[in-house]
Amino acid sequence: MLNPNYEVVVGLEVHAELNTESKIYCSCKNAFGLEVNSQCCPICMGMPGTLPTLNMQVVEYAIKMGHALHCNIHRICKQDRKNYFYPDLPKSYQISQFDIPLCETGYLDVLVENPDKSSYQKRFGVTRIHIEEDAGKLLHSANIDGSLVDFNRCGVPLIEIVSEPDFRSSAEAHAYLETIKSILQYLDISDCKMEQGSIRADVNVSVRKKGSKEFGTRVEMKNVNSFSAVVRAIDYEAARQIEVLENGGEIFQETRRWDDAKGENVLLRSKEDSQDYRYFPEPDLPTIVLEQEYVDGIKESIPELPNIKLIRFTQDFGISYDEAQVLLEEPEKCAFFEESVAKKVCSPKIICNWMVGDLTKYLREKKLSLGDTALTVDAFTALLKMIEEGKISNAAGKQVFEVLLTQEHADPAKIVEEKGLAQISDDSALQAVVDQVCEANQKSIQDYKNGKTNALGYLTGQCMKATKGKGNPAKMKELLLEYLQTH
Amino acid sequence: MELFEYTASQLSGMLREKKVSAAEVTQSVLDRIEAVDEKVKAYLTVTGEEAKQQAAEVDELLAKGEPLSPLAGIPLAVKDNICTKNVRTSCASKMLGNFVPPYHATVMKKLEGCRPVMVGKVNMDEFAMGSSCETSYFQKTANPRNLDYVPGGSSGGSGAAVAAGEAVLSLGSDTGGSIRLPSAYCGVVGLKPTYSSVSRFGLVAFASSLDQIGPLGRSVEDVAMLYSAICGYDPMDATSAKREYPDFYANLKADVAGKTIGIPEEYFAQGVSEEVQQKVMAAAKVLEGLGATLKTVSLPSTSYALNAYYIISSAEASSNLARFDGVKYGYRTPEYHGLDEMYEKTRSEGFGDEVKRRILLGTFVLSSGFYDAYYKKAKLLQNRIGEEFDQQFESCDLLLTPTAPDTAFKLGENMGDPLKMYAADVCTTTVNIAGLPALSIPCGTAANGLPIGMQLIGPKFSEQTLLNAALAYQQETGCCAVAKL
Repeated sequence: MLNPNYEVVVGLEVHAELNTESKIYCSCKNAFGLEVNSQCCPICMGMPGTLPTLNMQVVEYAIKMGHALHCNIHRICKQDRKNYFYPDLPKSYQISQFDIPLCETGYLDVLVENPDKSSYQKRFGVTRIHIEEDAGKLLHSANIDGSLVDFNRCGVPLIEIVSEPDFRSSAEAHAYLETIKSILQYLDISDCKMEQGSIRADVNVSVRKKGSKEFGTRVEMKNVNSFSAVVRAIDYEAARQIEVLENGGEIFQETRRWDDAKGENVLLRSKEDSQDYRYFPEPDLPTIVLEQEYVDGIKESIPELPNIKLIRFTQDFGISYDEAQVLLEEPEKCAFFEESVAKKVCSPKIICNWMVGDLTKYLREKKLSLGDTALTVDAFTALLKMIEEGKISNAAGKQVFEVLLTQEHADPAKIVEEKGLAQISDDSALQAVVDQVCEANQKSIQDYKNGKTNALGYLTGQCMKATKGKGNPAKMKELLLEYLQTH
Repeated sequence: MELFEYTASQLSGMLREKKVSAAEVTQSVLDRIEAVDEKVKAYLTVTGEEAKQQAAEVDELLAKGEPLSPLAGIPLAVKDNICTKNVRTSCASKMLGNFVPPYHATVMKKLEGCRPVMVGKVNMDEFAMGSSCETSYFQKTANPRNLDYVPGGSSGGSGAAVAAGEAVLSLGSDTGGSIRLPSAYCGVVGLKPTYSSVSRFGLVAFASSLDQIGPLGRSVEDVAMLYSAICGYDPMDATSAKREYPDFYANLKADVAGKTIGIPEEYFAQGVSEEVQQKVMAAAKVLEGLGATLKTVSLPSTSYALNAYYIISSAEASSNLARFDGVKYGYRTPEYHGLDEMYEKTRSEGFGDEVKRRILLGTFVLSSGFYDAYYKKAKLLQNRIGEEFDQQFESCDLLLTPTAPDTAFKLGENMGDPLKMYAADVCTTTVNIAGLPALSIPCGTAANGLPIGMQLIGPKFSEQTLLNAALAYQQETGCCAVAKL
């Protein structure tokens, strides 16, 4: 637990690789995991005399994200060179955007979960989104003296999403990152594979006394390679800074490297050693000029985003944060949920229960996606309707559900009939069973009247047994209680 | 008269009339190189065997009566900063002394279809930084008109090769005067095209926003012929202009009558020799005699142009040349401990003094805290200079100035004084800053026997007007001859 007198302030810079077909400045394929130095050309390797040409798909994808985060889109913007030497950067400069990014001044509404599972909605400011090129990768091998460079990743398009310093806990930062990731996936503009490094974050952390209006000195952390590591890195750094301040020390503006295995960070460079990137406008690329209609057209193509769905699901359908998260895991699953709700034949709650429970369990076990099964919205909702109306039991429903998953064009009503799963809801038939069971179990009735209320459960079980599981349990319980009161 | 002495347009006719073969023309030029390049030192690489092969192919096509470009079979020298597939492209630097590009520059690709015969790659100032061709790592090229003098730079090899008859045509590049200055010093014709009209893809960048490839030749017709072949939109160069480019060679006609020629007074001021001023004004009178109207005009920001030029070009160069780090290609220092030392030693040993001077200057003007004072101001000045030109082109068709403030200087004379060296560019840098086309054509000889050049400047994409006016002048005063060596 952090010292309660302090407040942590966090800002995030998220780098996401875009899943465009080709790279940002040449026609090389934008692909991961292929043979070393097989996806590069003289242009992305920065050979003398070669020139970049901008892939407009990158601009389109970045604008999509800009719209999703409610940014202003700069219809006129430019690209700049960020100069520094490193062997994975073949031109010794990265083409990025400096003072005029493509997207600026937006926000993101995020539902943040408290430790007690309740949740609150918070709006986080987005400073800017800009486009830039990724660098290559250094490879090290015990067999080789020195390092090798793989240029395949050079020129892979990136967007950098810079937030305002609006996060007040690692949980808020985590919720924001999860939301950014799900939006990128819903827009289908990034693969978001953490293990492939296609989404990465730099974390800026400072602390201040609660109630203070001034920000503390911020420390930047690099090499934070997963969202859970972001939480650990923030908590560690905040605690470190508070300890320094409590001991009368001072925080310096510096860059630290997070070591997730050790759970600590180390100084990478101090402010004095910070690099001067000598940004200047990229003379090889003309100013980006976009038509208003083009920018507006992209906005129209954007679907309702998962963060908004999350808020809507929890507020309108009485679904918990965790359940909604499961539904939102994949756009396909979410669409299935919404189509099912739209049928209006059963409650959103039962749809959610079955999707989060049985369906998700089945898909995970079989390692399938929803589209791989035979399940249709019509059959699914028809089944749930029968359950809600008491025509079949929950247990019987599971049997039908299994058929629906595997058998094309299956009709749940027919399956119920064929398998004889229909519930007995007829009062007179059930009354006969209740009378019969009660007469045979007078001791249990005495127990109940003496205060042993669990005897009711036993009697219900006996009734179910007598109907071979087809008796409507709610009705049966109702009739049992009536019997107990009148005898 | 030897074959190497003819102009491209003459040879083109002779080849079609079967008076000569491409093989004979090529052999004549290769022999000339063999005979005089020891003195001139224009070539860094001579591609004799490939040239003979190319010439044989042209002869075969001619025999079949295939339709061919007028350039077919014409011996061509290429500046060594233009990438030539499988032929070393060194930029006259130790840094790229072993660099053989696996790709062609777009201009070379375009020329493949026209079939000129490339006889070799020619010397230049290292990475095109210099005004004398003396900063080359490999050799110092001499001026064929007088071997004690510099040929001008940075395309000194291109100018010298054409003047010496070691090539009929050549390609150069011009960032601040690098085609026009050697043209003036060596007494040949050179065109710096409108920025964006010739693809820069494959031109090893010095200053991306100013660089432009262009032709040098011994006649206006020849320059028009080569320019027509290399200009045009290129999707590989994002700064290339998407527009229709006419056949400048086919449309060429001697014509300056009715044109208004502006004489900017700032170009006939202190620093420009009396002799140069007189010769250029005499040439103006010739043009007036051909029906042009002369008009004195003013371009008040001219005196700032050289400063703006050295800031912008050095800033871009400091970034463009950062890729030469010893990691991927080119020179790497043989002994080092760790990455930083590898960078430091590679770049210290691989670059010459002038290149280092520009990298230092460029790094400084882009540094945080100095950017606004230098780079930003230079860019504002660039706009101002462009506007002043635009304003004059409302009433003038062309502007006429000296190409250089004086004739060529002696080898070694300015090497110790960079500022004096930079001053040679005072008449040419404004044109690059404004992205305009300009042509340098000889307009007489000074008392020291060295040629003087005049510069015709036009609005963007006015190359045809420039070439037509220059042709009118050439027809009145005569074509340049090959230097006697």
